Amino acid sequence: MQLLPLRDAIASYVRDGQSIALEGFTHLIPFAAAHEIIRQQRRDLHLIRMTPDLIYDQMLGMGCASQLTFSWGGNPGVGSLHRLRDAVEHAWPQPLQLHEFTHAEMAIAFQAGASGLPCALMQHHLPSGLEELPQPRIRVIHCPFTGVPLAAVPALNPDVTIVHAQQIDAAGNVLLRGITGAAREAALAARCVLVTAEEQVEQLNAGPNSVVLPSWTVSAASIVPGGAHPSYALGYYARDNSFYLAWDEIARERASFLAWMQRHVLAARDHAALLRGLGVAA
Amino acid sequence: MNAPCTRDELMTVTAAHALRDGAVCFVGIGLPSAACNLARLTHAPHIVLIYESGTLGTRPAVLPLSIGDGELAETATAIVSLPETFAHYLQRGRVDVGFLGAAQIDRFGNLNSTVIGDYAHPRVRLPGGGGAPQIMTHAREVLVVMKQSPRSFVAQLEFRTSCGYLAGGGARAASGCPGQGPRAVVTDYGILRPHPQTEELQLTDLYPGVTPEEARAATGWPLQIAEPLRALPYPTAAELEILRDLHARTRSAHAGPIRITLPA
Repeated sequence: MQLLPLRDAIASYVRDGQSIALEGFTHLIPFAAAHEIIRQQRRDLHLIRMTPDLIYDQMLGMGCASQLTFSWGGNPGVGSLHRLRDAVEHAWPQPLQLHEFTHAEMAIAFQAGASGLPCALMQHHLPSGLEELPQPRIRVIHCPFTGVPLAAVPALNPDVTIVHAQQIDAAGNVLLRGITGAAREAALAARCVLVTAEEQVEQLNAGPNSVVLPSWTVSAASIVPGGAHPSYALGYYARDNSFYLAWDEIARERASFLAWMQRHVLAARDHAALLRGLGVAA
Repeated sequence: MNAPCTRDELMTVTAAHALRDGAVCFVGIGLPSAACNLARLTHAPHIVLIYESGTLGTRPAVLPLSIGDGELAETATAIVSLPETFAHYLQRGRVDVGFLGAAQIDRFGNLNSTVIGDYAHPRVRLPGGGGAPQIMTHAREVLVVMKQSPRSFVAQLEFRTSCGYLAGGGARAASGCPGQGPRAVVTDYGILRPHPQTEELQLTDLYPGVTPEEARAATGWPLQIAEPLRALPYPTAAELEILRDLHARTRSAHAGPIRITLPA
């Protein structure tokens, strides 16, 4: 594991055309890393994330991606992701190919990827519309022991997974506390793992059953305080729900979205500057 | 004399009444979350709330805006990963009640939350299935909560995201599906439930002051009326007070500014 400034970590490890998962289910969403990818103008990415959230709304609207694998694309508790909708409904700023799953399917697809399996299995009973699309992603097979029908979901193995964490210790081990979603599975499924963390500590005071990514599973890590804002880091700061509510207006129109991104992301040299610009950090 | 209340409040209180104490509920954000917490604060103190972020047995003091707010993590009995949430708890059959909404529902309780229009070129791209298809499959029973209108209660879905009773007449049970499907659809007119044989949704309960004709006019198929048609109770003043307090606490919490301290 290398400890690098975030700008250098993204420059070294994220390439145009890669499949990339920035995971974290509502909690620990790596916004700072996404903003750095936007600043470095990566293109043609295949973005993978269960809930695209504001983080992919921003990346899609800034033209970073041509494909999206996801399972629920809304602004939680608020409404639409307007940039995601504009990409799908009007191909703006470019066409977007969708690979759509359900939460349960994506969760086990990451798990299969992390386990070195080609696919994951789950019970299959009722055919959904997604299975009736021209090129269904889910195939029905039968259990060799009981004959019951099972849905096979292809494994997800992103080229790069980026997760945000609370702490990294001196040896480079990474601790995630609270809601971890499918972040651990997405990380261990990836060919390359990047981490942003709130702080570096001498020792993680993690219990024996904690969610820890050992240092030797991680390619590079960056210390980025506030790196999950407007998502949150349990024990550090709360979810900025007022920002999630405000995003609905900011992202509704292309012009207001682009102006916001220019002012707060492109013109900010790093994440600390972005947080100061938003009035969130002192 | 009934205290005046909004249609959202009416639906929330009615949905809360449908939850028994001790039930294990898989909770969605918005109105379902309000209904579950109202039930917990009134007649069902031992209800178990699972939010799909993997927070088991949460007891939030304010309603979460998202499915994974810190409030849920801090008040949970346990937090598990998403593969565990969906496999060990939902698929394994440990959930009594699932709670869903959607953009469209058809007469057999099938739901659309994916697209309006063609999938490849939609007029409106909706959020998608998320947890709903598996909640509909595996929860012992599902409560659907939706405002009733001819645009949302439709003869033909534009996309089938989650399966209710398919084409009815026992098709769902014949598939071996473990859950019983949408046993009740709570609307702003009353409650629709599947007919025992055909499984077509019919109006079984009506709010005071609403006529069956009005409910029929708000439905995109010829809505059948059950005999006898039951009258739903109006929310009590105490229920409305608890619900409004919960919403007031929530609004205040969500408006609060976030402060992050950066190292010098």
